[in-house]
Amino acid sequence: MTKLIALVDGSTYSESVCDYAAWLASRSGGSVTVAHVLGHRQGVKTDLSGNIGLGARSALLDELAELDAAKAKLAQKRGRAILDDAKARIGKDGVAQVETRLRNGDLVETLHELEADADMVVIGKRGEAADFAKLHLGSNLERVVRASRKPTLVCSRAFQPIETVMVAFDGGAASLKAVDYISRDKSFAGLKILLLAVGAESTEMRRGAEGAAALLRGGGYEVEIDIIAGEAELVIPEQIKAGRAEFVVMGAYRHSRIRNLFLGSTTTEVIRESQVPLLLFR
Amino acid sequence: MTTVNLTGLRNEWLGNVRADLLAGLVVALALIPEAIAFSIIAGVDPKVGLFASFSIAVITAIVGGRPGMISAATAATAVLMVTLVRDHGLQYLLATTVLAGLLQIACGMLKLGNVMRFVSRSVMTGFVNALAILIFMAQLPELTGVTWLTYVMVAAGLAIIYLFPRITTAIPSPLITIVVLTTLSMVLDLDVRVVGDMGELPSTLPVFLIPDIPLTFETLKIIFPVAAAIAVVGLLESLMTAQLVDDLTDTPSDKNRECIGQGVANTATGFIGGMAGCAMIGQSMINVKSGGRGRLSCFAAGVFLLILIVGLGDLVRQIPMPALVAIMIMVSVGTFSWSSIKQLREHPTSSSIVMLATVATTVFTHNLAIGVLAGVLLSGIFFAGKIAQIFRVTSELSEDGRQRTYQFHGQLFFASADQFAKAFDYNEALERVVIDVSRAHIWDISSVAVLDMAVLKFRREGAEVEIIGMNEASKTIVDKLGVHDKPGAMDELLGH
Repeated sequence: MTKLIALVDGSTYSESVCDYAAWLASRSGGSVTVAHVLGHRQGVKTDLSGNIGLGARSALLDELAELDAAKAKLAQKRGRAILDDAKARIGKDGVAQVETRLRNGDLVETLHELEADADMVVIGKRGEAADFAKLHLGSNLERVVRASRKPTLVCSRAFQPIETVMVAFDGGAASLKAVDYISRDKSFAGLKILLLAVGAESTEMRRGAEGAAALLRGGGYEVEIDIIAGEAELVIPEQIKAGRAEFVVMGAYRHSRIRNLFLGSTTTEVIRESQVPLLLFR
Repeated sequence: MTTVNLTGLRNEWLGNVRADLLAGLVVALALIPEAIAFSIIAGVDPKVGLFASFSIAVITAIVGGRPGMISAATAATAVLMVTLVRDHGLQYLLATTVLAGLLQIACGMLKLGNVMRFVSRSVMTGFVNALAILIFMAQLPELTGVTWLTYVMVAAGLAIIYLFPRITTAIPSPLITIVVLTTLSMVLDLDVRVVGDMGELPSTLPVFLIPDIPLTFETLKIIFPVAAAIAVVGLLESLMTAQLVDDLTDTPSDKNRECIGQGVANTATGFIGGMAGCAMIGQSMINVKSGGRGRLSCFAAGVFLLILIVGLGDLVRQIPMPALVAIMIMVSVGTFSWSSIKQLREHPTSSSIVMLATVATTVFTHNLAIGVLAGVLLSGIFFAGKIAQIFRVTSELSEDGRQRTYQFHGQLFFASADQFAKAFDYNEALERVVIDVSRAHIWDISSVAVLDMAVLKFRREGAEVEIIGMNEASKTIVDKLGVHDKPGAMDELLGH
């Protein structure tokens, strides 16, 4: 019985978010809460005349308040429409319990409130402002993944049926958490698992991978182990393109922002290059 | 949590880059004439105000608590410096600026941002109106004993400022005024005063220097009163402006951080040869109106200002004073709260008196700190007077005529203590007196003393006195301060 939070914003990716959320929820008989967050409104109008006349203060306040009110009303209407569509789409896929939430405020702060009793957050790879430049990721994505205390599913552009789940294993705490979660989650029951460890083969790595596989087999999965030398940000997308899995589970963002600023982030690269959904654990 | 802070920082700085830079430019253009004018008010070279505006704008943008607010050298603080500069010179002013900054940092540390609660709306309106009047009065020296040409130019400047926005709002009209009037006076070689006549303009970047004053107690005696006044006025105007920007943009701000930011800015400014400043109501409005929302707008305003001044120094020198006067008149008209005149009739008399007293005291002393103090004091007194009116006494005699019960309703404190004392009739011969304060509230030692005195007097007349219905709040204060139920009470009260 899982409880999912699906974040939608009315972009193309929102449809895929709904589909994957519905797929997961229907497999485990769970519920979905669809959320749309209206960001902080900022009524910016530009009058560069630089002069302040009689009663400027109250006039300006009225003007800005009116502007905000009009914008907020529109945004609310639009938000409700987006949520209704999403609810209908998920309901059609046979999920009985679908709730909708329309909230004002900052996305990350709101998410903290919403996810308290949830098991997973589902979000699109990009948002409504993203063009289809292939390498661009949404501006909120990393913020959400880093800030969320729950596993986050990052959805690709369109839903595709899932047969094999790739678990990217590096022996770190996040990937052990991931293995543990998958072994107990009913949503993945009946799927094949490819346990992929990236790096030079060593007894230590082999042993860790075997241990993880044993844990997954204990959960009733059919597990294949593969160890490939190379860099994770290259190997994982390659294996996906080769069609070895339609779903990826991995640990994410283990390093600070500062380090990523200089060295780039493996997680970001993998998300960019893979056209399948990724379930991220921190 | 660092991720959230980082994101917050990025939003405050880079959430609105294009509009912030544009608004910053508009503000910088409006700041040039103001910074020069305020320097002239204070009686120092224009470069002092210009350096100050640059450094205050840049530093408050970084450490202040209200993104989108503009701080620089201001009229409110400039009028406080006049006497000091005249009697002791620039070095003392710089030392005062540093001290004022340190005092503001202390206020911020002590969380005095919360004391703003005690400044009522009437006092704030009075503050704004007084400020507008001070700015206008500061222009009068430029308008007296001058040729008719000056008046013509001021009028032309005002016409451009107010009428040009009807053509386009894409270019700041004060800038057009400056360009047009400067061109005219240069081409026609008009005989008007120009900025260059008012003192030195900056030609280089500011440098660090320590104010050259004797570090003695005498010096402290000279600079402390001025520094304290500047600190208070600066914080008042900054917190008011922060509140205004909060309302306009519908976003919260950290008031105590703003106090510290203002203090840091002033302290640093004193060390690079600038005068003290604070947030600017008019400029912050111009910024919001131009679309400025983030820290970048104030930062950009400061940087643009410095570039413009150092780069265009020779042209700035040629700006005719009437152009500045016209802009300052616009600022003072825009700062004045015109609706408050209409409200004089609508608002309660006491509120209007507070507002007018704040204005009058400020205009009379040229010191907004004293004006605000007068306003706060008056509003306190009026409040006490009002709350003291909520006080009623009823009494009833028992059927046998031997016992009277006094019942008090309302607030018992210094302002109502007199009424309270007069309510008792001691000449009535009674066996028992019951004083029922169950529906009253006892606030201070004045009312406690009156209660004690009443009890003692009744006892002297031979009556047994009982006080009933002390609620908990009253009880504590009476228990602490009352003496009637302790032995020897009589002697103590009568100053034996």
